[in-house]
Amino acid sequence: MYQEIILDHYKHPHGKGLSSEFASEVHHVNPTCGDEITLRVQVLADGKIAVSYDNQGCSISQASASIMYDQINNFDFAAGDKAVEHLIAMLQRNVEPDEDILGDGIALVGVAQYPARVKCALLAWMAWKDAAIQAGAIEEQS
Amino acid sequence: MSALDVASIRADFPILKRTVRNDRRLVYLDSGATSQKPYQVLDAERNFYENHNAAVHRGAHQLAEEATDAFEHSRANIADFIGARADDLVFTKNATEAINLVSYAFLNATLKATRNLPLPDGAERFVLNVGDEILVTEMEHHANLIPWQELCDKTGATLRWIGLTDEGRLDLSDTSLFTSKTKMVALTHQSNLLGTVNDIGRIVIAAKAVGALVLLDACQSVPHMPVDVSKLGVDFLTWSGHKMLGPLGIGCLWGRTELLAAMPPFITGGSMIETVSMQGSTFAAPPKRFEAGVPMAAQAVGLSRAVDYLRELGMENVAAHEHELTVAAIAGLQGIEGVRIIGPTDATDRGSAVSFVLDGLHSHDVGQVLDENGIAVRVGHHCAWPVCRRYEVPATTRATFYIYNDLTDVTALVDGVHAAKKFFGV
Ligand SMILES: Cc1ncc(COP(=O)(O)O)c(C=O)c1O
Repeated sequence: MYQEIILDHYKHPHGKGLSSEFASEVHHVNPTCGDEITLRVQVLADGKIAVSYDNQGCSISQASASIMYDQINNFDFAAGDKAVEHLIAMLQRNVEPDEDILGDGIALVGVAQYPARVKCALLAWMAWKDAAIQAGAIEEQS
Repeated sequence: MSALDVASIRADFPILKRTVRNDRRLVYLDSGATSQKPYQVLDAERNFYENHNAAVHRGAHQLAEEATDAFEHSRANIADFIGARADDLVFTKNATEAINLVSYAFLNATLKATRNLPLPDGAERFVLNVGDEILVTEMEHHANLIPWQELCDKTGATLRWIGLTDEGRLDLSDTSLFTSKTKMVALTHQSNLLGTVNDIGRIVIAAKAVGALVLLDACQSVPHMPVDVSKLGVDFLTWSGHKMLGPLGIGCLWGRTELLAAMPPFITGGSMIETVSMQGSTFAAPPKRFEAGVPMAAQAVGLSRAVDYLRELGMENVAAHEHELTVAAIAGLQGIEGVRIIGPTDATDRGSAVSFVLDGLHSHDVGQVLDENGIAVRVGHHCAWPVCRRYEVPATTRATFYIYNDLTDVTALVDGVHAAKKFFGV
């Protein structure tokens, strides 16, 4: 489960740190283990969504947040949501991992074998979706 | 020399023969969450279903009689284990429900009093007024915290709490927490996260001095040490069967005779009534008043057998055995650079729950590496989130020891933590 790519993101997270410009902020927790993320989004004029975050928690939740930042920062809602849905399907073992959609996120495939950890891997991505919806990103994208 | 013959105890636990994660020996260090069950308990439950199964306290046939006998005999035996009378022992689903049963006695008495409805004699003790106080501690399991938070929200009472020292013990320096407004003091006997065993005698004296009742959450004490309610001085004792070799689905509430008699019911329905008409109903005497519906007879029989098993070992020996493992585990873990024990490092007045954090690594990751090595521990906040906040840790890794663990298991834990450090390079 702990592939090099994941450990790399965990030790050197990308994009960690909150931006002061944002349209919405969410705080998601994994109540069984105390992983936490605060995530902010700003919807830009062209419908793209700028994301920033701060978090604490296990290696999987932290690496996954870093990968999320790499993958979907500055995507519009539809494109970002496609990645979220693909990650969910992959962790439910319903699709083969697609590197074009998830980038380094395909390394999270091993998490699917550990049901207790799936929430850790999804935490940042679900926070992104929640924040984007609250910021009205769905309406903006058209 | 250990106080227990662990090898022969282990032979009684079928699950300890299985392997986990690529054929590794199962090192089960999560008995604080739930214990494993010896075949004697499994057989007792099975025997009930195979030979005596019927709905207890109902029906006039022979099976119903046998089932009722088995159920009530179990009640008497379990009550005896904590030095109590059978009629003062109520069966619940688990400790959580037992604590809610008491918190709802307060709520229901308060609601009925407000509407001048009839209440049992003595129920005034359970009527709360705005400004009354409930006192808990900062080390409570959520099961002994949320019910009181809810009760206070609904009645206008105020929740206060005893804080914790840096060493992981109750900070009893602020005696002003006990006031004439304090109606109930609810606290744990042994913290499920810190391992701290609280000085109940001192709490009881302070509570009695202001006329407050005391509820003791004994989830982590009844399974691990001798507990005798005739000596403790508390008013209520609650615990779960599944943490003491018994089946899932059965918990216990012991209460003083006159207090149980004064409490309005919690869950209502069949079995708990005296008379029923369309205009209204009256309720049975305890313990039946608090046992609505067909009860968990097979589980009571299983728990009664668990009690016999522990009695044969001797609770003093159980406590001594766990103490030896606790001392070894604390020493072993403290010998690892970067490990910090959350809870007392001095093993006196301390049970076998050993929580720790490892610098630079979240407990989930520690737990995962231990799991790869066949070691089952619990990670997270252990349903005691305020304790994690108090010590400013997001979560801990917790090992808990029981009668079937030995020093080999302690060594496996320590080696496993070394392996986690090495793997993550911390
Ligand atoms: C100290 C303490 N109190 C209460 C509980 C709740 O027990 P149950 O979940 O069986 O109701 C537990 C169990 O984890 C506990 O350790």
